[in-house]
Amino acid sequence: MRWAAIKIARAGITMWLVVTFVFFVLRISGDPTYMLLPDDIDEATRDFYRRLWGLDKPLMTQYWSYLKALSQGDFGISFRNNLDAFDLVMERVPKTLLLTTTALAISLAIGIPLGILAALYRDSWLDRGVMAVAVFGFSMPNFFLGILLILFFSLNLRILPSSGSGTWAHLIMPAATLGISFAAQFARYTRSSMIDVLSKPYMRTARSKGAGLARRVNLHALPNASVPIVTILGFKIGELIGGAVITETVFAWPGIGRLLTNAVDTRDLAVVQCIMILLALTMVTANAITDLIYGWIDPRVRVGAGASQK
Amino acid sequence: MSATGLITGRRWAPVRVMAQTPIGVVLAAGFMVVMFFVMIFAKVIQPYEFDYIDLLARMAPPIPLEGSTWAHPVGTDTLGRDLMSRLLVGTQTSMLLALLGTCLGAVLGVALGFLAAHKGRLWDEVIMGLVDFQAAMPWFIVALAILAFLGNSMLIFIAIMALYGWETYARITRGLVLSAREQGYALAVRGLGARARWVYLRHILPNIAGPLLVQLTVNFPSTILFETSLSFLGLGIRPPMTSLGQMLGEGRDYLINAWWLAVVPGLTIFLITLCMSILGDWLRSKLDPSLEA
Repeated sequence: MRWAAIKIARAGITMWLVVTFVFFVLRISGDPTYMLLPDDIDEATRDFYRRLWGLDKPLMTQYWSYLKALSQGDFGISFRNNLDAFDLVMERVPKTLLLTTTALAISLAIGIPLGILAALYRDSWLDRGVMAVAVFGFSMPNFFLGILLILFFSLNLRILPSSGSGTWAHLIMPAATLGISFAAQFARYTRSSMIDVLSKPYMRTARSKGAGLARRVNLHALPNASVPIVTILGFKIGELIGGAVITETVFAWPGIGRLLTNAVDTRDLAVVQCIMILLALTMVTANAITDLIYGWIDPRVRVGAGASQK
Repeated sequence: MSATGLITGRRWAPVRVMAQTPIGVVLAAGFMVVMFFVMIFAKVIQPYEFDYIDLLARMAPPIPLEGSTWAHPVGTDTLGRDLMSRLLVGTQTSMLLALLGTCLGAVLGVALGFLAAHKGRLWDEVIMGLVDFQAAMPWFIVALAILAFLGNSMLIFIAIMALYGWETYARITRGLVLSAREQGYALAVRGLGARARWVYLRHILPNIAGPLLVQLTVNFPSTILFETSLSFLGLGIRPPMTSLGQMLGEGRDYLINAWWLAVVPGLTIFLITLCMSILGDWLRSKLDPSLEA
């Protein structure tokens, strides 16, 4: 239990660092009234807006009221259209969630079986083929893959829509674009993790006891090989979200990524701030969950951490 | 072995190494040599000024296509600028930034890794806390926000590139130093009265350089993808300068009429990352056989 408490405390500190970082980066970037209001406005109006947004107070006071507002779930008002920033972001969450989970599902469904096959038939043509394809998939920038898919399926064959998110057909290309490089990475990690496990003495034992291939792979090798894969999965969530920003831009998919690039273009402080903090929260939670799952599949982690704390 | 044997052995060594190396690796190395050449000499070998506008020669396609000319072998863009020249200069920018970003990130990460391993609890906690923080925020998204709000000067962009990926080096270095420090040679040198800095720089660093070099090679493609992605979104390198990502972002608007404007720079990025990944994999299998199980 102590092990879990330490993990959670660390996550809390990381969150505080992120929140503080976001505040200071966005505040030292200059007076928002100059970015948002027309240039020819008079000083009195400018002052009015500074007071309205609380920009006339000392930085530390602003920081405290910012922390207080955040703890109450108040992320401020979008400077652009006067809507609640949190609501604006939440409205987009389902679309991004749909895109990223589909992409992740595709990548796991392709990557893990291919990785297992490559490991089982190590150094065969199958292994070489899978790994060669994986290097290609891994090196393909997703913005370029997206453009190639649009060129081929939308402009050449005219069978898939190139932008928007109305139907299921709209999901195919963005999810494939985002999923393929991760599929390649998972194939590689699964392969090396499986190869590692397959050479362990307990695999030989299982074999000598007469366990069949399917039983050996599913019950003996996979649970052990899955430990590093789960760890990597946690680290990949940030990359997945970064990739979603690009993919959503290429395919005009109306998710968080599009909102972020638009907010960045229009310098909408509150929206950018809200997205960054929610993303960090997602990441920290995901990492904490990964750690907990990690400890659950691999009891050695729990015991090891507990022992070293004493 | 006789003297002549030694000499012939030496003379033939490069050829023997080449023959033992997989053909893919040799090709990848060859391509990267060309890319590094372009990185240094792009401005010398460009057939036109990369930003020279010739409105009479707009949207010429690349060579095998109908309507192409030898005057512009890779075609021209919507302002009639020679795509070959833009490609060379764009490659130069992207390669230079990726190299600079990778090296700065490595130096920063390795230094902090050493510090975390050497200074003991407090420093270790602080640095590892920073590593956690860096890993908690997708740096790509932080970079978007920073570039948008702090403006886009070259200095800020390079700083962002340098801060990309340092945490991996820090983590690797810390782990390697902690284990290397307890090994015989380090203990022996310390026992002889060497100062800590001497032990770290002259004895431990060369011994852990292999894995760090592999990480450098592995990191290079992702750094180039980082830069091109930001420039693609219009937030990294911006006109009048150009990079591969900026060209691709520009070309995206003309997919229907002039697909090569996006495909040519995109293919170049893909080939660079592909070749570096192949080289990185090969280097890893050479330097660190334990990873190949």
